[in-house]
Amino acid sequence: MAVTGQVVEGGFGDPVFASQSVFRAVMDAMARPGTVQAIATDAMPPAPLNAAAAAVVLALADSDTPLWLDAELAKSEAVRGWLAFHTGAPLAGTPSDAVFALAANPAAVPPLTGFALGTQEYPDRSTTLIVQVESLTGGPVLTLTGPGIETTQAIAPRPLPGHFEVQWREINGLYPRGLDLILAAPDAVICLPRTARIGNEEL
Amino acid sequence: MTIGTDDGLATYNFAYLDEQTKRMIRRAILKGIAIPGYQVPFASREMPMPYGWGTGGVQVTASIIGPDDVLKVIDQGADDTTNAVSIRAFFAKVADVETTTETAKASIIQTRHRIPEEKLKDGQILVYQVPIPEPLRFLEPRETETRKMHALAEYGLMHVKLYEDIAKNGHIATTYAYPVKVEDRYVMDPSPTPKFDNPKMHMSDALQLFGAGREKRIYAVPPHTKVVSLDFEDYPFEIQTFEEPCAMCGAQGVYLDEVILDDRGGRMFVCSDTDYCEKRREDGHRGHLAGDAMEAAE
Amino acid sequence: MYVAVKGGEAAIRNAHRLLADRRRGDRSVPALTLEQIVEQLALACDRVMAEGSVHDRDLAALAIKQARGDLIEAIFLLRAYRTTLPRFGYSEPVDTAKMQVERRISATYKDLPGGQMLGPTFDYTHRLLDPSLARDETVDEPERRDGDDTPAMRVSDILAEEGLIEADGEVDSEEVGDLTRTPMEFPMARDTRLQALARGDEGFLLALGYSTQRGYARSHPFAGEIRIGEVDVEFHVPELGFAITLGRIRVTECQMVNQFQGSAKAPPQFTRGYGLVFGQSERKAMAMALCDRALRAAELGEDIVAPAQDEEFVISHSDNVQATGFVEHLKLPHYVDFQAELDLVRRMRGEHTRRRDTQDNMPEAAE
Repeated sequence: MAVTGQVVEGGFGDPVFASQSVFRAVMDAMARPGTVQAIATDAMPPAPLNAAAAAVVLALADSDTPLWLDAELAKSEAVRGWLAFHTGAPLAGTPSDAVFALAANPAAVPPLTGFALGTQEYPDRSTTLIVQVESLTGGPVLTLTGPGIETTQAIAPRPLPGHFEVQWREINGLYPRGLDLILAAPDAVICLPRTARIGNEEL
Repeated sequence: MTIGTDDGLATYNFAYLDEQTKRMIRRAILKGIAIPGYQVPFASREMPMPYGWGTGGVQVTASIIGPDDVLKVIDQGADDTTNAVSIRAFFAKVADVETTTETAKASIIQTRHRIPEEKLKDGQILVYQVPIPEPLRFLEPRETETRKMHALAEYGLMHVKLYEDIAKNGHIATTYAYPVKVEDRYVMDPSPTPKFDNPKMHMSDALQLFGAGREKRIYAVPPHTKVVSLDFEDYPFEIQTFEEPCAMCGAQGVYLDEVILDDRGGRMFVCSDTDYCEKRREDGHRGHLAGDAMEAAE
Repeated sequence: MYVAVKGGEAAIRNAHRLLADRRRGDRSVPALTLEQIVEQLALACDRVMAEGSVHDRDLAALAIKQARGDLIEAIFLLRAYRTTLPRFGYSEPVDTAKMQVERRISATYKDLPGGQMLGPTFDYTHRLLDPSLARDETVDEPERRDGDDTPAMRVSDILAEEGLIEADGEVDSEEVGDLTRTPMEFPMARDTRLQALARGDEGFLLALGYSTQRGYARSHPFAGEIRIGEVDVEFHVPELGFAITLGRIRVTECQMVNQFQGSAKAPPQFTRGYGLVFGQSERKAMAMALCDRALRAAELGEDIVAPAQDEEFVISHSDNVQATGFVEHLKLPHYVDFQAELDLVRRMRGEHTRRRDTQDNMPEAAE
């Protein structure tokens, strides 16, 4: 692997504390689905990787976690090199092998049921999918219910993977199997664990 | 950041665990939160305190704690029991964090056997030390079998056990580690807290994390999550009640420890939650033995 | 009572100070040096390294000294240090056929290529206390012979030539299991199981191995070969494209050879149980080999009838650091739970008394 400046630079300045604070933001977001959690990070990944998505991967991925990249990210040598240098995560050949999956283009996310969904015995052996979005506001409003949400929680990220509501209901129907979703705008995240239900039709 | 020992023989990372271990535990915590009540297997590490002494809770706390956290550690509800003191001192040393005994001030509360009396708030994290995370373990010792039962949500065995209690004793003979069902799916062990504390888990504002080091399991209950104690229509779940209030602060509706005062059968009941009791006394509440006991304690 | 639970910090501080005092003992007696422990309590160091899963004699000696000679405590100290060390990778498998052998015996052949070598063994010593050791008497240098660099052929290879013993077996993947880095799962692959046994408590495995000899899953074992000596540890460096030698470690290897009548899954042949541990620890290696063979029951299509064959039972209880922690945690306060039980027992006794009283008051005619 040719080690270039672009590959080496732009990681966490202080990995111990940066990882901790990014993890806490993600944990809060996962525990309170739909809430917007700011990701303050000094990570400066090569485009088209955004800072929040990159920070989440730096904080959580390593040589034990196969990482899947969508076509837009996979075609960038700089992105692949940067992720390999800073995390050591091997690339997953298919979405179903991925512990983490990273998508820069929401429109091109493969069918959600194609990712690792765990087994009935080990539902935790499932992909955490990180989808980069332009913004966590301004999109069509979705109303969430489920554990972590006292009554309801409205979100409006944009854009989302195609037929998202239908796909997400399909994931809900597999419970406890499923996947967990992190929507990453450049400076903040929203999490949808598999328990989050899009509840518009129930209201 | 590393924390060195005096002679440079060995150095340890912030919060003791190495970063790879923390990432592994953090990933397990996230999956635990995403699947409430499901026990996520994790590659538990040896910790510098014995298995069974809170290594699971310590690993969870070490993986979530940051420099801005304020940590409270309780054992049996008390901040000053020796193991609580020891764990608090451990984190003060390896993570250099602020510690407190005040429930309201803490961002992370690590506990063994109790949930604080004071209602926990949004943003607080309660970390439980769990000895045996598997609620079905004493009915079926094999992990391979209990895993299947959870997979199929086949919990008949647990109901049979509880019902046998009723048939034999007239009531359910489980007083602590009383099984709960989380979000209508997973039966979960709440750790050996008295069943008095079970209702506090239901729809809590705080995030609840459970760590079992020796048994290598992590599980979680997000805030605002249904946690229902198992029971029967004709034998509804009920918590312990105490006939007298706390002898020190006069509190009622709290969990009390029985304290033997002498060898002639003298005894008193006092709050197991020491911080709660002290706060009440600071606020001027007095139990019937408050004066005497205060003197005796000095 | 209420006073006793207070002042925990001072109590702990004072207890540790007293511990340090007792550890040092009589100040007029010279303090033990780590060199003395390494050199003169070498087998204690070996056990601590084996079950502590770190090959470092000095650290093992330090742990033994710190633990006042309590080996399980020393193992615990070493494990708690080991777990914080970063992993750089996994070494190549050690090749025990290339071992620099110090001891090598076979119970299955009278003589064999490479010969039988007793080495530094307690075997055939008469267990008579030796008062001369109470003094520091001069010890003779050992007899030496010229080194023979031809590798000693393994007994399993001799049997393999005739096709009488099972092959080495297939490895599922190039990646070696590591139960210290990945969650345990049953049933286990044999590599992970062997790792668990290698870290397992010597006494527990000894008792289980013994139980198989007494008929609880009898496996007709022969000590095909036991060898003790030094092997190279090699590490493959991807950047270099070849393996480099990191150093040499002393290990004990035991290959048990077991008569096997065949089953639906496997033909009649000799099967193997395998033991490999750090340092010189023949008892542990032999017990491990017996347990390994017993635990292969499912793989070989044997009925599981005894504790030693029960993988979940054996592996879940073989780790003495886990076991001692949980047994000793009963020392911790449990008064909150005990209070709950007190309340229940009082209530049940009350109900029992009321029931009895009611029955006693019933007229005889009611029968």
